[in-house]
Amino acid sequence: MIEVRQLTRKFGNLTALNAVSFNVERGTVFGFVGQNGAGKTTTFNILATLLPPTSGDAFINGYSVVHQPKEVRKQIGYMPDFFGVYDHLKVEEYLDFFGSCFGILPNERKKLIPQLLELVNLTDKKNTYVDLLSRGMKQRLCLARALVHDPEVLILDEPASGLDPKARSEVKDIIRELKLMGKTILISSHILPELAEMSDEIGIIEKGKLVMKGSVSEIRKQLSGEKVIEVKMNGQLEEAIRFFEDDPFVTSVVKNEGNKQFIFTYKGTDEQQIQLLRSAVLKGLPITSFYERERNLERVFIDIMKEVEKDEAIQ
Amino acid sequence: MKRFNNPVLSKEFKLRFRSGKSYIGLLFYLLALGILVITFIFAQSFSSQFGFFHPRESQWMFYYLSFLQLGLILFMTPGLTAGIISGEREKQTLNILLTTPQSSLTIVLGKLLSSISYLLILLFSSLPIYSFVFIYGGISPSQLVTVFMLYLITIFAIGSFSILFSTIIRKTIPAMVTSYALMVFFSAGTGILLVLSMMIGTNLSPPYTTNVVSYIFASLNPFVVMLSILNQEFYNEINQLLFNIHLPPWVTYVSFYLFIFLISIFVSVKKIRPNIGR
Ligand SMILES: Nc1ncnc2c1ncn2[C@@H]1O[C@H](COP(=O)(O)OP(=O)(O)OP(=O)(O)O)[C@@H](O)[C@H]1O
Ligand SMILES: [Mg+2]
Repeated sequence: MIEVRQLTRKFGNLTALNAVSFNVERGTVFGFVGQNGAGKTTTFNILATLLPPTSGDAFINGYSVVHQPKEVRKQIGYMPDFFGVYDHLKVEEYLDFFGSCFGILPNERKKLIPQLLELVNLTDKKNTYVDLLSRGMKQRLCLARALVHDPEVLILDEPASGLDPKARSEVKDIIRELKLMGKTILISSHILPELAEMSDEIGIIEKGKLVMKGSVSEIRKQLSGEKVIEVKMNGQLEEAIRFFEDDPFVTSVVKNEGNKQFIFTYKGTDEQQIQLLRSAVLKGLPITSFYERERNLERVFIDIMKEVEKDEAIQ
Repeated sequence: MKRFNNPVLSKEFKLRFRSGKSYIGLLFYLLALGILVITFIFAQSFSSQFGFFHPRESQWMFYYLSFLQLGLILFMTPGLTAGIISGEREKQTLNILLTTPQSSLTIVLGKLLSSISYLLILLFSSLPIYSFVFIYGGISPSQLVTVFMLYLITIFAIGSFSILFSTIIRKTIPAMVTSYALMVFFSAGTGILLVLSMMIGTNLSPPYTTNVVSYIFASLNPFVVMLSILNQEFYNEINQLLFNIHLPPWVTYVSFYLFIFLISIFVSVKKIRPNIGR
């Protein structure tokens, strides 16, 4: 389990992380999204005990990254965004070396390594020199390496970056498998849809601030089914809203203050939607534009979070 | 036994001695030394006034070998060690190593020992060549032991400050340059300072005065200390004339460089990981 408390990190004048707090419950996958330079790697480096925070603290299974870094290292499997591998080492030896670094005994390592190679699909590469592996294979090897000591918590910094679609999906499959094994996983990416495929929860970080956080299943529910339709009017706004609200397939109507437009969510079929528009026009409503908003994941997520915030404000 | 298990060291050892190159290098080194020794013996026995290889000349060969290997150590140690932490940083393998529970001390010492191991092996495998010297006589076993102790402390001191630079400077080339510069200061700079201090502070006719500053520069200079071990009578005469201090220079040398070693390792261990924890 990961608990991040008011984590702040400054580099000179730049506040790379600004009081970030979140929890990742045991067995869940938390996706960390943000643009380049948002502070993902900085967060992960602090969690991996590679960088001390300026203030705040984080706890991995209850161990503080500031005060008990050695314990934290035993709890986590960490995969950096950029990493190198030792040349002159073979795949098997590479894993064996890190196994020994984690104090795993030689005969245990002998049993463990084939299992890890199996998991990341590198069994037939076990005698290849690591620097001869392809980018995707190195990435998978690094993932296997992060698992040598069977950590409960995994911290994966853009594990699929720089890979082609096939290699990306291979990495995603492994992560799903790890989730099934009950690992707590913190994973970052700058691509939200991709991350949503793997995660239970999503956090969006922007300029060092965690701006939003929410569950992926909520987003999924919103994504399936309903459409969001935006209508622009040339007058008679109230009348139009009343008209659309009366339709049984319209689930909600939101008016933008001071604007000549509103949006509504709709769960009817395309046929019914055509009917709706036709009758609105026949009714003489001065509609200038009627279009279905693209419901990408980002949009939905933001909409949901706004609702959540509104609810919280009411309570 | 388990306490001394150092994964970093084991790995690098395995890598280094897996390839035949290391053995070939070793072979060539010993061959070169052997040829030098044999030609020295032949040249001496032909030109010698005695017509055979004399203990006096055997002694010269010992000097010659000892200085040669000292030069080798000074020249090689920074090159072997100044890149080992910064190199891992540049290859982006260090971070992963630092997220293992291995202590910073284990990592630093493992890296140091593995990078100087080859040099140590070169030196120790040259011991049989010294047997020539023993056959012909002219030196004592305790001199040989002291010479090797001088080698070891020199390697460890230079190796450790090079690692320190490698840790704090973070880039290999500047760390190399700084390490070589400090090596040159200790091996040549102290010699220059010695000469300067003598020009200022020495009274060459009796009564001889004590000259602490010159003594210190002399006993920090590996070549002077080597000379004081190899030819004690000669050093004693110089000492009476110039320094008037009766502490053997190698004692000062070992103490000083041991201190350098400990400080460098201590700071490297503190600096390799940014966290407060070990
Ligand atoms: N060691 C450092 N020294 C100075 N500034 C740094 C350092 N590390 C990171 N930063 C700055 O902190 C900010 C956050 O960087 P970070 O690497 O955490 O971003 P990121 O979200 O991982 O981005 P990316 O998607 O590009 O990996 C950036 O503005 C970066 O320039
Ligand atoms: Mg990053």
